[in-house]
Amino acid sequence: MNTTLAMTRRDLLLAGLKAGGALVVGFPLSGMAANAAAQGVGKPKDFGQVDAWLAIDHGGRVTLYSGHVELGTGVETAFMQMVAEELDVPFQAITVVQGDTLLTPDQGPTWGSLSVQVAGQQLRKAAACARRALLRRAARKLGAEASALVVKDGVVSGGTGTVTYGALAASGALAVAFDDAVPLKAPKGFRIVGKPVARVDIPAKMTGEFTYMQDFTLPGMLHGRVIRPTGMQAHLQSVDDGAARRLPGFVKTVVKGDFVGVVARTEWGAIKAMRAVKCVWSDWRGLPPMDTIYDHTRHAPQVKTEVVKTEGDVSISLADAAKVLKATYEFPVQTHGSIGPSCAVADVRPGAVQIWSASQSTHWMRRQIAVLLGVDAGTVRVRYLEGAGCYGRNGHEDAAADAVLLSRAVGAPVRVQWMRADEHGWDPKSPPYVTDMQGAVDANGNLVAWDFETWFPYFVPGGWKHGAPVNGVPLLAGSLMHDTAGVQVPARQMSGYGEGNTWPEYAIPNLHATIHWLRTTPFRPSWLRGPGWAQNTFTNESFMDEFAAAAGVDPVAFRLKHLKDERGTAVIRACAQRAGWQARPSPAPHTDGRVARGRGFAYVFYDNKRTYVAAACEVEVDRKTGKVRATRFTIAHDCGLTVNPDGAKAQIEGSVVQTLSRTLIEEVKWDAAHVTSLDWASYPIVTFPDVPAIDIVLLDRPEAPAWGVGEPTCSVVPPALSNAIFDAVGVRMRRAPFTPERVRQALSAAQA
Amino acid sequence: MAEFTLNVNGAARKASADPDEPLLYVLRNDLALKGPRFGCGLGQCGACTVILDGRAVRSCVTPVAAVGDKPVTTLEGLGSTAHPHPLQQAFIDAQAAQCGYCVNGMIMTAKAFLDRHPHPTEAEVKRALAHNLCRCGTHPRIVAAVMNAAREA
Repeated sequence: MNTTLAMTRRDLLLAGLKAGGALVVGFPLSGMAANAAAQGVGKPKDFGQVDAWLAIDHGGRVTLYSGHVELGTGVETAFMQMVAEELDVPFQAITVVQGDTLLTPDQGPTWGSLSVQVAGQQLRKAAACARRALLRRAARKLGAEASALVVKDGVVSGGTGTVTYGALAASGALAVAFDDAVPLKAPKGFRIVGKPVARVDIPAKMTGEFTYMQDFTLPGMLHGRVIRPTGMQAHLQSVDDGAARRLPGFVKTVVKGDFVGVVARTEWGAIKAMRAVKCVWSDWRGLPPMDTIYDHTRHAPQVKTEVVKTEGDVSISLADAAKVLKATYEFPVQTHGSIGPSCAVADVRPGAVQIWSASQSTHWMRRQIAVLLGVDAGTVRVRYLEGAGCYGRNGHEDAAADAVLLSRAVGAPVRVQWMRADEHGWDPKSPPYVTDMQGAVDANGNLVAWDFETWFPYFVPGGWKHGAPVNGVPLLAGSLMHDTAGVQVPARQMSGYGEGNTWPEYAIPNLHATIHWLRTTPFRPSWLRGPGWAQNTFTNESFMDEFAAAAGVDPVAFRLKHLKDERGTAVIRACAQRAGWQARPSPAPHTDGRVARGRGFAYVFYDNKRTYVAAACEVEVDRKTGKVRATRFTIAHDCGLTVNPDGAKAQIEGSVVQTLSRTLIEEVKWDAAHVTSLDWASYPIVTFPDVPAIDIVLLDRPEAPAWGVGEPTCSVVPPALSNAIFDAVGVRMRRAPFTPERVRQALSAAQA
Repeated sequence: MAEFTLNVNGAARKASADPDEPLLYVLRNDLALKGPRFGCGLGQCGACTVILDGRAVRSCVTPVAAVGDKPVTTLEGLGSTAHPHPLQQAFIDAQAAQCGYCVNGMIMTAKAFLDRHPHPTEAEVKRALAHNLCRCGTHPRIVAAVMNAAREA
């Protein structure tokens, strides 16, 4: 086992995973060593062994091996808190190795706000198992019962004296099984979990010392750029790289089907070569007109129709009801829009493929790249380096595939960073959402029927390759190469989800939710923060508001009347109280003047099973321009145990701002051939003057399981805004984004 | 290719580059100053911001040949984790980053702004940063950090 530990530490250095913000130094493995390393020889990675999750060295330093990665959300710090707490070691004694496919367990993608809830809980349990094993060793050494020993800062005391974790671990691996039922520390004893610990990654990010994916270099590394078709499915007819060849430092033009890339010695050289290569593409014009996208979605080929929820009988209750409402809600195609375009470095050698990537799912990506190259996944190693914020499956995997193809073609490490137009044009998109609603209240104003019907891209089942499922969004380079040998269809073509929050958690006797699963959408679909859940909550919570308004009842009171859940009720009350909510029905009494003011409310029990969030927002609507400006958001939030309250607040703030941007102004635009919103001028996002004040109430419940924090808040923002606009000016915005033009049109229509 | 001697963070630095090569790539790839970042290459997002002769400029659209001997300050020129500049410290204190990729532009734009307007209102800070994009939604903390730095200066 000493070999393993030695290799682990060496690998840690080689991987250059930041220790104290140190600069990454790349060091390509070669020959047998690389092959052995890529096979994963040495360190266990399977969930069943504690050594897969953590190692303790002679000095008592703890290394965590996390398949989940820091995407800018603070999970690295949260993991350190959870493990420091459970293991009773100093916070500073912990280092986290993230997303290295050779070293870390495959915990799936870092998504769904599941890092603390699931991945962190696994690390926490591993730490508890390690503590128990170490105490057993200490008991023998100190001649005392394990239960009689105490641990402080990695030093065990009792019996005949003291002994450090470092000394106890010096004999090698812990070699104990991971016990899912291991007893965990009681919350009343917490000293670091629940505290607003400062994030470990932030100082180096403020000074330029932090090494992002985009900063990583290898000796002898070349630079690549890609040239994409002018139409999304256009074919390459000819390439003329004569002008590029004359540029200093030009290395090669790589063409595989419709995949075109250039390699040069310098980054600027690669950009100039990219611009100098002349490609002629076929005239493909197959995209549906933008203004027909929701119709197109309704009529797209379907895999199947699935009823995901049915209680009672909505048809009978709709027929008998005192009042029936119907409405359609739509949410647009959107891009991820990371500030730094996708980037990767690849070094493809015979028998050893190394990739550095900011992918949220390095393990999945490893299998996809292996399939792309036609090599065994055991020869591929992917190491995670943090990039610009990742809010779902963006272009990182695709940039890695580009780098891999270019590296293979030139026999040297190649760095690819997408240009802005590559990112805006070709990252997989959050798909269009359209939902039809019907609902009814009885004569007493009680909701009696709720019928939800949506159209959504499906998870396409596919094959297996090399004995492992190949999950994920199809790689762009693979699609462009027309590599159809059964390898570019992942086992499950992940889309953007959809089932979560299709029905609300209100007491409604007759509930029905239907999803028409689509074979695909015009743009490669993927998940973007709060995928499906946010759009579904926009639908359900706006529709809820329509009933409250129709009944002439205060929207908060109407929700409370239909809610049986105590924690949900507490969150709604806390939000309303902090916001200074005045009970009255919407819309607000009419005011004269150009600017109308309103307030809106929304609530969610996220994914119908975790994290309660309520939002109250205040908006100003300019009746002349149609511009909506949110001035204040109040969020009440119950995610059970809150590991880091300041980190939780940061995530909630970010979710409010980003989703406000998505709801008010963001929409991918296209013509018949391709995306036309290829920069920040044509795809604007919210800027400082339009960011509201944000007030947050955390309802901490230390005894309850820790649930996710980031995404849940995203889901309440669109309906809160729509409801506030209705409150201000009496028009119901059911199609996002609520651009000034759309609001103006709605106001004109209401007056007419 | 041409030879350039740039005045970066108070030192003369030599670089060999195309005259039309944006300053950003020279700083990052030839001078190993990774604080300024590529975001759009169009001067729209601000991630590449440096201070050139006292003004915040977008290094992704500034040809290296246009720099001359004017002083260039990058994020690294302000301070380090061991000795952060007060503005960097204010960002750390406010935990004003999520991914942190845009923060270079936020700090450098705020530095140039505060040098000219040492006692701004919050609205003025928001206007000063209006053309710097952040996707994570860290805006409230960034404004708080700049206001705190201004108060403590």
